[in-house]
Order: sequence, then structure tokens, then C-alpha cells
Amino acid sequence: MGTDLAGGEPALEGGLPENLRRNPLLSTWLRIGGDGTVRVCAGKVELGQGIRTALAQLAADELDVAIGRVEMAEVATPASPDEGHTAGSKSIQDSGAAIRQVCAEARQLFLAAAAERLGLPACELTVSDGEISVPGGSASVSYWQLAQAVSLDRPATGAVAPRPLGSGRVAGQSAPRIELRDMLLGRPSFVHDLHLPGMLHGRIVRSPYAHARLLHIGTCLSQARVVRDGSFLGVICAREEHAVKARNQLMETTTWECSGGLPRSQDVAQFLLKAPSVEDRLVVDHLAGDSVRAGVVRTHHATYSRPFLAHASIGPSCAVACWRDGQLEVWCASQGVYALRSVLAECFSVAESNVVVHHIPGSGCYGHNGADDVAYEAALLAREAPGTPVRLQWMRDDELGRAPFGPAMVAVASAGLGADGDVLSFGYDVYGNGSGGRPGEGGSPNLHAASRLAGPLAPPVAVDIPVEAGGGTSRNAIPLYRLGRRRISSHWVSEMPVRTSALRSLGAFCNVFAIESFMDELAALAGADPLEYRLRHLDDARAAAVLRAAADSAGWSGRGSGWADRGPGWADRSPGPGPGPGPGRRRDGERGMGIAFARYKNTSGYCAIVAEVEAVERLRVLRVTAAVDVGFAVNPDGIDNQVTGGVIQAASWTLAESVVTDEERVLSTGWDSYPILRFAEVPPVHVIIVRNDGEPPLGAGEIAQGPTAAAITNALYDAIGVRVRHLPLTQDQIVAAIEE
Amino acid sequence: MVELTVNGVRRSVEAEPDTPLLYVLRNDLGLTATRFGCGAGLCGACFVLVDSTPMASCDLPLWSLTGAAITTVEGLAADEPNGISALQQAFLDEQAAQCGYCVSGMLITASALLARGQTPGEEEVRSALDRNLCRCGTHNRIVRAVLRAAKR
Repeated sequence: MGTDLAGGEPALEGGLPENLRRNPLLSTWLRIGGDGTVRVCAGKVELGQGIRTALAQLAADELDVAIGRVEMAEVATPASPDEGHTAGSKSIQDSGAAIRQVCAEARQLFLAAAAERLGLPACELTVSDGEISVPGGSASVSYWQLAQAVSLDRPATGAVAPRPLGSGRVAGQSAPRIELRDMLLGRPSFVHDLHLPGMLHGRIVRSPYAHARLLHIGTCLSQARVVRDGSFLGVICAREEHAVKARNQLMETTTWECSGGLPRSQDVAQFLLKAPSVEDRLVVDHLAGDSVRAGVVRTHHATYSRPFLAHASIGPSCAVACWRDGQLEVWCASQGVYALRSVLAECFSVAESNVVVHHIPGSGCYGHNGADDVAYEAALLAREAPGTPVRLQWMRDDELGRAPFGPAMVAVASAGLGADGDVLSFGYDVYGNGSGGRPGEGGSPNLHAASRLAGPLAPPVAVDIPVEAGGGTSRNAIPLYRLGRRRISSHWVSEMPVRTSALRSLGAFCNVFAIESFMDELAALAGADPLEYRLRHLDDARAAAVLRAAADSAGWSGRGSGWADRGPGWADRSPGPGPGPGPGRRRDGERGMGIAFARYKNTSGYCAIVAEVEAVERLRVLRVTAAVDVGFAVNPDGIDNQVTGGVIQAASWTLAESVVTDEERVLSTGWDSYPILRFAEVPPVHVIIVRNDGEPPLGAGEIAQGPTAAAITNALYDAIGVRVRHLPLTQDQIVAAIEE
Repeated sequence: MVELTVNGVRRSVEAEPDTPLLYVLRNDLGLTATRFGCGAGLCGACFVLVDSTPMASCDLPLWSLTGAAITTVEGLAADEPNGISALQQAFLDEQAAQCGYCVSGMLITASALLARGQTPGEEEVRSALDRNLCRCGTHNRIVRAVLRAAKR
């Protein structure tokens, strides 16, 4: 009889996926219901990146069911598989691999049970939308009919392998986002929209200083319950507008003592270069000596920087918490429900089993934002109202001023060129605060309020993410180019003037900005075309393919031969010499085209960007072309959406954004002081997916950040002949670079 | 006690006259599509239609709304046989969202633009939406969705 579990299909090679090894029971990941439902329980959460849709696609293919049947379960402790944080563009790789394996094994179990019923070997049966049929279709039995008989309460074995990627009907095709219809109809979609019976509303009262000690509590309306623990101060009210009003009144009348200084934002780069740091020697091809200089006819060095950046979500962080009989239940948008559970248990001195953390999507999440902090603060407020849920939403100034920032960084690059212009030696040192400030990292709960309590808990730390985990400061510090002898180090600065943690692409944004700007500078010194110069230093065919795809689509070859033959610059706008105008651009010292490339983390998706800019009274990005290779493209439209969004957000970082500080305060706490790109400024973005469906799928969400910054900067240079090395590319920075 | 007309229905709520409309919509009337973003009218997340004009509800006091017709996203498809308006369908067709937090405000601004009766061009759509912030970088899809709806 055909009860052979493997059904003649090949076993999995290379062992079970890591996340499945850690959560081995099939039933942890998958429930098949007698009512025709397929419930997939992933541990990765929806951040607006469309991961739930992509994972549902993979499950639908592996099980041979319609995607409409697949329901993605809420992520919550303790039932969901523990897949760590949803971070680092690894969800499609890690969670995807686990879900494919689980579904492949479940399919085989159902086939085996069907084989018994139908009296034919499993390998002769076919599955269509959960209906298992004999050849010719004269007899069949469904997953739903077998749901009682087939138990998934068994560990994964690896006895079967998932089907080859791309062999199914759903994954590889664009699929609509499963959450979108409800959102568009205005149905509750976010943790912000959760309404529990009897729920109260909280707000947090902040000092004007970045670091402060509470001296005297002020006064506010009588309906507010004031909650204080040390320098943590909040209010709880029955009505939300009262909580807002009470907060405003207390912020005006409470007195604080500034307890720690800051570098002014314009001094941050100097601070990072001077502060003690821990060096991580990433590459040391040589130590010192004359041999380094053999053949070098020209040297070049340059220093680049990026400021602290804010996540700046449109919806300030929000959570609901409720204490009942010593047990804490929290609803929040944390990227890691298990890590948050662990630190909440530690901070409140309760057992982990007494804490339940539910994930409900929040406003856009681009890394470690305030989602964990607000959950803890909601729990601190709710502790004063046992048995009653308390909803806490941050205000705009909380979000822009108190959520962790993306770390500021400084990069110092040097190179030696041979007579042919090729790079013979390359030195690179990058300095920055850590990106590892999530709950529990570095042994700290890393919750904003924790160190402000009367009995303070450990202050926040942001450790450096090790290279093996993709790197933090060091992410993409090692260029993919052949650069002769190299000496590359990253330097982690542990002293944080403002709290930092993970922001989309971590150190890759600054490192790729610096290295790809530097490559452009070297190309100019070598008298070479920036694209051709990159290609001649690259051995990776996939890298070359995305560069060529972006360049071809953007009309790179029609742009002339670069700045060397270009006309006058910024100051003089008379038409310059050189070959005639390329398509869609004037050769008048106003418009320019720039290119940049990186393979994210050197192990993930490939991305090349061509940007076209106009620099007249201010810098405008006119058009961006992106070419990406992310291996098997599970949801092409989702990739287009993620890459386009990455380009636009990175353009906003590059053109406009910087956290502003004085010696005591973060000043950029509103949209007027922390501007982001608006509709009228957003360029058209054209995304080309270079299909490579035989390769494993790679994350797409972060790959465009660094290349976009460098492509815009290189285009600005192409337009006006001015190299700006310090972000953002505001009028002030451009003028400063001209004066340099 | 304050009287309001929301999505064509007269409602009375127990709230002080200076209460911003946003909190009444969300907490008293259960209409949570309208969301807090900045409290200063600078981001568009809380936009509603007040007689056909998009306005920030986060700093709009109830006392100013006597006799006004307020429309939220929940009311956009009220007269549609399919339960979804052409504009909402166009957003769905273009997959014009990532996180989606800003999308209610976008729908409100766009519906006011389309209600003017002319077919707007891309520049007009961008200009109309310029008061609405999006952080995920979904702007171009949103513009395409509005243009698609305008052609219907």
C-alpha cells in the first residue's frame, strides 16, 4: 500500500531550517480545519512590508490550496513559533523556509492518509485546492475530511523536501496584500484601533531635556490620575482628550533638572571620531610598509557622515496593557513578542508565564522604533489601574524625540590608484553608535522608561551587531569590488548622546553612501565612466547584471562621459562644452545622473540605482531607476512596492532629514522641524526585477537605502561638479561643500 | 451633549464642546479609520470631510461643527452597491499602501478632489495630496490610484 511517507519524493537535504529546528512541532506552524480553512502561524510580524501575503503564497503552493483559504494567525506568546525579531530582511528566507518545509510535510501526511482511504499509492494521487484525487478524479477525499484523522502534533522530520521554488502557481506571481481591503474600507487594522471594554487612556509627560530628573510635579485637570515612579510621569483618564489636555498642562507646570548633555547636531561627527570606540578589524590584507605603495601613482582620501535619523512613522507608537491577578497582557506592535515578554517579566519581576504579548500591526515600522517602549509604559500606567485595560498612544513629539534613532556615523576612506586608474589599495574606517538596542540586547531591557524609575533598571545600550549577523556599524563596510590590498575596520562608539537602535539597513546606509561616493570620486580621478569603473572592479556577474540593467533602462550611455568633459558648475549656468545632450537632460550644469550599487549585507539582495537630479535653486530628484536581483521573486508586485518605498524613504533621508540637537535637547520633534519628502517632491521610481528564479529568495525591503543616497549624491556631482560628503544634501551642506 | 451629523447620521455625544472631533469619532462613535498623527494638522492622517472640505480632525473642536456634514472613510462607500467606492477600489487595484496608516487621510483628500467634478492631472493630484504625509514611500501608487479613479 502507498503509505510510504515520502511518497517517492526526495528527502530534505542539509537539515531542517533553523527556525523549524527551534520550533519543531508541525502544529505550531499549521492548522488545517474541518471547515476548509488553512491557518498558518508564523512568528514573523506584518510591518507593512507584505510578509504575511508572501508567506501565505508559499504555504498555498506547498499545500496545493487556493491562497484565499490561507489565513495568517496573529503573532502572540506563547502559541506562535518563536522566530526572534522580524528584522534584517530575513523573514522570507527564514520563516519562508520553515513554512515551506512544514507545509510539505503536512501535505505528505495528508497524502498518506488519503492513500489509505483511496487504496492507491500516495505518489499516484493529485491535490487540487485541498482535494486529493485518484487519477481520472473518480474518487477523492479532502484535507478537511481528513483533518480529524491527521495529527500535526508531531515534529518535522525532513523526510520530504519542499517542491522547487517557482514550480507552484501562486508564489512567483504578484499577489494582492491580504490586509488591504479592510484598511481601505476603514475597518480596525492597527493596535491604535483596539478598543477593549472599560479601557482607559494614558499619556506620558516628558521633560524638555533629553536626559532629566523630575523635581516637582505640576498641576492638571482633576479628572486625570497622575502616575509617577521616579522621573517617569504619566496620566490616566477615562477620556482620551482629557489625557492629552492633562499631559499638556503637566508639561507646562512640572519642573525638571537636566541630567546629561548632548553634542549639538553639527558637532556629532567630531564627537564620534573623538569618543572611545571598540575596533572590529574586518579585513587586514596588509599591516604597513612600502609594499602597500608599490605601483600606486595617486592616492585619495575622503570623509563622509550621516546624522542621527528618526523612524518618523506617521502614527505615533501605541499599546494597550492590562494587569489582572498579577498577570500582564499587552497588545502592541513589537517586532519581537518573545524578547519583549522576557524583558517585561524581568522589569516587573514576574514569571514569563504571567506575561502575554500580542502583536497587532502598528504604523509603518522601519526598524526598532518606540513599539516596545510604549508597551512597557502602558504596562507601567496600567499597573495603577488593575483589572482595567489602559491604552497609551505617544504624541508626535514623543515619537520624533524619544523613540530610538538610527545611529549617526562617520566614514573615512582612502585609496591608492595605479597608473591605469585601478584601485591597488583601499583603507576604510567607519565610526558609529550601535544598532543593537532592542529589548534584551546587551543585557539591558532597553526600554525608555526603565532607567527613569525610582528604583532604576539598567540604562539602554546599543551593542554593535556582529558581522556574522550581518553587521551593524560594519554592515556593507566591505565593498564587493576588487580593490587590491584592503584594511577595513568598523569602530563601535558605545557612548550614546541619544539612544540609538536598528533603523532600516543599519550601517549599510552610511557605508554604501560613503563607498559608492568614493568609487565615483576615484572614477573621476581615473578619468573613467562611473559605470565602467565599477564594472571593471567587479567579479560578481549578478552585481554587473543589475548595474547594467539600471544603466540601460535609465539611458546612462546617452549621458556623455561624465564630469571630466562637463560644462561650468553651480555658479555659472551657461551651456558647457562636451558631447550633445543625452535623452531627457540638458548639459547646462543643472542636471546630472548618478549611479550606485550594493549587495545588501554582501549576502542578500542586489540593487543598483540610477538617479537623475536637477540642481538649480535647490536639489530635486527627477527620476530614479532601480534594478534588483532578489533571487526567486515570491511576490513581484510586493518587491516593487518595497523597493520603491525604500528608494523614496532613502531619498527623503538623503535630501532632508537630520535629528537636530542643542546641548540639552532634541529640537526636531515636529513635522516642521523634522521634514520628510512630500508628494510634490517624490520622484517617479522605476523598478526592474532582474529575474533569477533559480536562486533562493532574498529580502528586498532594505536593499535600496544605501545605493539611493550615493546615486543622488553622485548625480549632484555630475550636475554641478560639487562633491557633498555630509548628509543630508541641504542647501547649507551644498554651499559648505562649494566653499570647501 | 453635542449634536453631530456623521456619515449622514445624526449623533449626540457626551463630550465637552472644545473636544477635538478625532477623539469623539474614534472613542464615542467607534469610527477608527480616522487616526491620530501629529495633533497639529500637519500630516493628514486624521483628515475628514467637513461639508466636502478635507480638514484635520485632531484640532477641530466640536463647537465649530454645528450644522456641518462630516464624512469619514467609513462613510465613503455608503451608497455603493458593492460596499466599496470607485476610489477605494482603485487603491486596491493599485495596491496603493504599505503600512496603510496614512491611507484614510489620503482617501479623504482624494475624494474631495474627485468630487470637484473635473478630471485632475498628475500635477493636480500631487498638489492636492501635498498636505498628506506618507512615510513608507507609497506616494506614486497613491497618485496612480487617484488618477485611475478619476478616469472612471
